[in-house]
Amino acid sequence: MANVKYLSTTRVFAKGTPPAVDALDLDIHDGEFMVLVGPSGSGKTTALRMLAGLEPLDSGSVEIGDRDVTEVPPKDRDIAMVFQNYALYPQKTVAENMGFALKMQHVHKDERTRRVREAARLLDLDEKLLDRKPRQLSGGQRQRVAMGRAIVREPKVFLMDEPLSNLDAKLRVQTRSQIAELQRRLGITTVYVTHDQIEAMTMGHRVAVLRDGRLQQCATPRELYDNPVNEFVAGFIGSPAMNLRTVPLADGGALLANTLFPLPPAVRTAAKEAGLSEIVLGIRPEHLHQANGSEVPAGQKHAHAADGSAELAGEVMLVEELGADALLHVRLPEGGDQVVARAEGRKPPAPGRQVTFQVQPDDVFAFHPVTGARLAG
Amino acid sequence: MTTLSSRSRPRRLRSQAGSVGWAVLAWVVALAFFLPVLWMAITAFKPESAAETWPPQFIFKPTLSEFRLAVTGMAPFLTHSVIATVVSTILVLLLAVPAAYALSVSPVKRWRDGLFFFISTKMLPIVAAIGPLYVIALKTHLLDDIWLLIILYTAMNLPLAIWMIRSFMLEVPSELLEAARLDGAGRIREIGGVILPIISPGLVSTALICVIFAWNELFLALNLTVTNAATMPMFLISSVPQEGLYIAHLSAAALIASIPVIIIGWIAQRSLVRGLSMGAIK
Repeated sequence: MANVKYLSTTRVFAKGTPPAVDALDLDIHDGEFMVLVGPSGSGKTTALRMLAGLEPLDSGSVEIGDRDVTEVPPKDRDIAMVFQNYALYPQKTVAENMGFALKMQHVHKDERTRRVREAARLLDLDEKLLDRKPRQLSGGQRQRVAMGRAIVREPKVFLMDEPLSNLDAKLRVQTRSQIAELQRRLGITTVYVTHDQIEAMTMGHRVAVLRDGRLQQCATPRELYDNPVNEFVAGFIGSPAMNLRTVPLADGGALLANTLFPLPPAVRTAAKEAGLSEIVLGIRPEHLHQANGSEVPAGQKHAHAADGSAELAGEVMLVEELGADALLHVRLPEGGDQVVARAEGRKPPAPGRQVTFQVQPDDVFAFHPVTGARLAG
Repeated sequence: MTTLSSRSRPRRLRSQAGSVGWAVLAWVVALAFFLPVLWMAITAFKPESAAETWPPQFIFKPTLSEFRLAVTGMAPFLTHSVIATVVSTILVLLLAVPAAYALSVSPVKRWRDGLFFFISTKMLPIVAAIGPLYVIALKTHLLDDIWLLIILYTAMNLPLAIWMIRSFMLEVPSELLEAARLDGAGRIREIGGVILPIISPGLVSTALICVIFAWNELFLALNLTVTNAATMPMFLISSVPQEGLYIAHLSAAALIASIPVIIIGWIAQRSLVRGLSMGAIK
């Protein structure tokens, strides 16, 4: 059990190309489940491989347990890795697969067998399977063998490279919670790479969002959801994705489709200081609450309710029924912008209907239109 | 229930006729290649008098007399062939595996040059090299020595073996090798415990091809050996006397000479197909 530190680690694949991992600074606590998440090409797998020692560093260093391991070969780093395609030795039995690393460490045969049996029990792997070859197992069983191979080593750090991506959806949900529970029970520091933000949110103690090799934000899932530090994180975390629109600034807030969204004074000041005439407005689909439309009183330019919340009206174009919820694709007047809103699953409004949404001022995010940085309140 | 439209029926028949046509052609070609071998096998069982007849006799009384004649004096030739083939093939495999490893999984800096060098050795016609080879053999007192053949056969088969084994090694998923590295496997363990078991069908097919080339090699054996290292192909040539043509005798000798390779090929055929087509379909 140990902490892990990335200190300005950089990896450049070909000279002249932008770095695959750009000066990554990450501090992973002992026993923490850290998820590296991001789209393809964000550098998350490269960062994991650098920690494993499978990828050399171009600059910076990596520490495991406060010990610099940058030049240490993979087998001496006291880590274990679960690969995306499991990488099970096809000619060896399951027991041999799981015990291979121990054999390399000259662990006695009885001790090996004991640890393999223990890991199999922990992962709910039937003892009968221990003498089978990988090709005789199902995908889910193979995945568990791959995990067993890592567990058996009792390493300081677990590394996992998208271990769930080859499983079908239902198995993925099941295994997700099993892995999280296992990690809590074993308490081993884990670095987990995925492109799936749902996995990131449900499994990690903290989540590091990467994009184009750079760390965007590292925080708890809650913090990422409530306080994204930039437009990318805001749009990446949360499903369905946050509605993001470039809108002009107006007196007291921002204007989206004839509706004034009030913004806190700090945000307005920040926007003015940056010399902006428009911002990127962000509202999560679940924060568009269906309301009865209030009439716009004569003389009032834009629709807004008395409590400071904004009212947005539009026409339902498409309804996606998910059972528990429904996703409404709503076309806004003036410009034909579309937003996605979450509604009750029972009786969602039919396509063609006019709907009105209420948005609380706290649920409105503002981002810089060029840099994407959050205009903080 | 599906009913075929009248338009699609002729198309079905046409494609069926097409595939039948290809099958017939395949059989014709196969028979054309096989017929001389079959003829040789049949002739081997004929007495010499019945062998050289036209039209050729298909019905006759099979006899082993020619075999008896052919086998006399064959033992040393057979022994030399077996030794030269087996030892050279073992040497080829022992050398080709590390070489292929250094040219594929863990490539050296100038692996492309190395690879091309190996293949380039096959570009020189052996006839051009025989002069210098003879002189070298003479000076090193290796003329008519079985070890000369072993060395030369190894050198002859090594480029092909390296090329084939390299292509099989490239099929091993790199994730597997990384997992082995993480598990603490050293290079030897990585090759022996992980790579070799996976490419074993490929190794068998490589070995088989080396055996075939070494067993049938005539030119070097003819020019560089006399009696102490003479191989089976030379025995066959000796069965062709200056006067007359003893076809039955020759057929019997040739059949015996080809039997070992046929047997090995038969046993290893599945492995051969798998090895040669390895990685073709993911």
